[in-house]
Amino acid sequence: MSAFNAIGEEREIDRDEFTPEIEPQATWCPGCGDFGVLKALKQAMPEVGRNPEETLLVTGIGCSGKLSSYFRSYGFHSIHGRSLPVARAAKMANPDLEVIAAGGDGDGYGIGGNHFMHTARENHDMTYIVFDNEIFGLTKGQTSPTSPKGHKSKTQPHGSAKQPIRPLSLALTSGASYVARTAAVNPNQAKEILAEAMEHDGFAHVDFLTQCPTWNKDAKQYVPYIDVQDSDDYDFDITDRGEASEMMQEAENALYEGTVLTGRFYHDEDRPSYQQEKQATGDMPEEPLAERYFDDDYEWERSYDLLERHK
Amino acid sequence: MTDDELIWRIAGGSGDGIDSTSQNFAKALMRSGLNVFTHRHYPSRIRGGHTYVEIRAKDEPVKSRGDNYNFLLALGDSFARNPQEEAYYGNEEIKPLSENLDELREGGVIVYDSGLLDASEIENFDQRAEENDWHVYDLDLRGLAKEHGREVMRNTAGVGATAALLDMDLEHIEGLMEDAMSGDVLEANLQILEEAYESVNEDYEHTHDLRAPTGSADEEQVLVSGSHGIAYGALDEGCRFISGYPMTPWTDVYTIMTQHLPEMGGISEQVEDEIAAASLAIGASHAGAKAMSGSSGGGFALMSEPLGLAEITETPIVLVEAMRAGPSTGMPTKPEQGDLEHVLYTSQGDSNRVVFAPGDPAECYEQTRKAFEIAYEYQIPAIVLYDQKLSGGHQTVPEDVFDEEPNPDIGSVVTEQDLEEAVQEAGRFKRYMYDDEESGFGGVSRRSLPGQKGGNYLASGNEHNEVGHISEDPDNRTIQMNRRMAKLDAIRTELSEEADHQPVYGPEDADYGILSFGSTKGVIEEAVDQLNDEGHSVKAMNVSDIMPFPKDEVTAFLESVDESLVVEMNASAQFRRHIQGQLGRFGEKLYSLLKYDGNPFEPEEIVSGFESRLGEEADLSQYNVRIESATGD
Repeated sequence: MSAFNAIGEEREIDRDEFTPEIEPQATWCPGCGDFGVLKALKQAMPEVGRNPEETLLVTGIGCSGKLSSYFRSYGFHSIHGRSLPVARAAKMANPDLEVIAAGGDGDGYGIGGNHFMHTARENHDMTYIVFDNEIFGLTKGQTSPTSPKGHKSKTQPHGSAKQPIRPLSLALTSGASYVARTAAVNPNQAKEILAEAMEHDGFAHVDFLTQCPTWNKDAKQYVPYIDVQDSDDYDFDITDRGEASEMMQEAENALYEGTVLTGRFYHDEDRPSYQQEKQATGDMPEEPLAERYFDDDYEWERSYDLLERHK
Repeated sequence: MTDDELIWRIAGGSGDGIDSTSQNFAKALMRSGLNVFTHRHYPSRIRGGHTYVEIRAKDEPVKSRGDNYNFLLALGDSFARNPQEEAYYGNEEIKPLSENLDELREGGVIVYDSGLLDASEIENFDQRAEENDWHVYDLDLRGLAKEHGREVMRNTAGVGATAALLDMDLEHIEGLMEDAMSGDVLEANLQILEEAYESVNEDYEHTHDLRAPTGSADEEQVLVSGSHGIAYGALDEGCRFISGYPMTPWTDVYTIMTQHLPEMGGISEQVEDEIAAASLAIGASHAGAKAMSGSSGGGFALMSEPLGLAEITETPIVLVEAMRAGPSTGMPTKPEQGDLEHVLYTSQGDSNRVVFAPGDPAECYEQTRKAFEIAYEYQIPAIVLYDQKLSGGHQTVPEDVFDEEPNPDIGSVVTEQDLEEAVQEAGRFKRYMYDDEESGFGGVSRRSLPGQKGGNYLASGNEHNEVGHISEDPDNRTIQMNRRMAKLDAIRTELSEEADHQPVYGPEDADYGILSFGSTKGVIEEAVDQLNDEGHSVKAMNVSDIMPFPKDEVTAFLESVDESLVVEMNASAQFRRHIQGQLGRFGEKLYSLLKYDGNPFEPEEIVSGFESRLGEEADLSQYNVRIESATGD
């Protein structure tokens, strides 16, 4: 299929290929955790052997949404909260693509919460990175769905009365088959987890803790904690939903008490991806839909053949 | 109001099988060589509640529901007498008979199910029947059905009685039953049909004159709705991806597509909401599939945001908007043309979209194809705007309308050979190139598809430069805006070059005009015929290209007439305002005829509306219509 022959090309991939030749000037603040996501993602790509042209990165808007500007691949910089529906349809139309979606905690757990729940439930084969800095950054420091209870901001001057969203538990409950949390200050772990997430055949959710040095200096996880967290081997059965759920709750409770626990929390390798499920019910073609338009030999069915029932 | 036509109304409760029975009967009439038009009236309720379907059949072409009707089959609302204690189901059992009398023509025929209905409960029923010369036949359809099968088969008994009273051959009806069912169910239905037919012939004296018209239309006709037209047009354009969320009446086209896509190797996705639905269509199209989505009023409102995204990223998509009466939830099962401005102006900024408004099922097919061609060639969202009337109403259409070759062309996409020579910048393909010679025509810059070697770029909802990076540079902004805006003019030019673009109906040199859009097409054509027969001089234009607007054609039309009536199904004259806004003149020549009571126009209402404008004696007070001057009073 001449249209897509960058897909499946086997060669040595260099992380620098994912850097635009002329890098657009980053609009992230100095010290921003988003640089850590970008770096980890570029480092993970050669590990999974994907080249820029078979990779589609779909982002939302806000600081996190600009990831697609600084990462060289096919990119789609969509709208606030909507990266997932764009990404999952692109994956369905051409399953050969490596599809990654990314957005912030407001984007993913607030305005896009509905899409998050449903994309996880369907278990699309894709990776979803949520830049979690517990704050709205680009709109200048408002309370976000992951801001701790009591968090004061211009929109919650008396302190937020809401419990924060629990992203890991929410992902698990919704049906994600891979759930992990990593952090910008832990680059080696971040790289490994992103690579593992991409290699996972199902919906992989990565809650990526990032620091916002401008609007959220007080957040606990911004204290460098590499030394605090000895290991991310928590000694539980990562494939067991019950044990994973308990471990996630522990990590989520700990976060707001000053202990940052990162690592892999759930990995179900047996659950078929949405694509496989849909193909099994006959609702999705085996060959990528997108390739069909370039196949000169393909015989397109005509609606004329359907008229029998109207006669 | 001649009786060379049959307008058969079957009335009953929602969920009593009125729709399927009428579909079959309509087909039987078509098979006998008649032209058929159906109109469906139903409440927003699953079971119970008064509903009816009207089938108009005539030897000549039928383009509307017609004026009133001449045959009533009243079945009774079985759900009105639900036996469950303390369940409130209302007291509407009698409605299928009582609610329909006002519109029954003089000399009309009534068959009612005496097993469920008691005519003596209706005030002045006998007196009204006598005054109007109605011919009333009471038959225990329910009892008959129970005796030979099950109670629900009373519809079949009603059809059998109809056939006897109209002197019809049972052959076509039996044939359809054999197509649709088998075994005991078929046997029982055939028996009930026969019994009802025989008993009406034996036990009742036929006092009426009405007979089924004899059909001579050639047999190559199909009975389809506007939703079938849209779905089949999309399939023939190679659309193999649809995403949606159920909402009446958009659900019609969505379910038809869903029925066929898997077997045609396509994908249908039911998603969490309409924002997702439109976003999925964008994602699929971006990755290289031909994709569509759609909704009705409130659901389309949610698509406002992704619509703008498709525009600025220049991702081709086709959206369907099936209008129903608003605002908000409005009247879910009633037609209106009140979403025109919503569709034209929704989304932020100076955004462009193409809007087609087909007028009948054949146009639904043709214009959906056109919508895909334009969307993919010009990388712009295209909207097919229709309404509840066209969505569910069936009409006979020549079969060869659909006898067209498929078009899987994905539009202005680069090849990998192109990419080898293409201009790159910063390691990215200049996808949003603004050099006219390099990029092509009419503001279009060719796109690459994810996976193509050498074609990577960023599609961004932010204003962006040629490779897709966010840019607030004033010069780039102006150029990109101009380039996107140029598309509409190029599309207008392309469309105007088509033969018979925006055709005029009626005598070319007529003194007066009628302008309309969408589903009012047929009823206006019938009214135009009637007016010209009565000695008026009228022609009509049903505008199908709403955006870009066919300025030259409409200007020529308006210049050639003394004045024009603009007929539309909404309260605020949205289409008339659109004409005035697009042309910037003609206010003194335009008068609106508006109807927004939830029912489509009947020919008589347009005739009377037209005559009242000319100062002739016409009583509009009996209709829910309003005349309004474009310049105010």
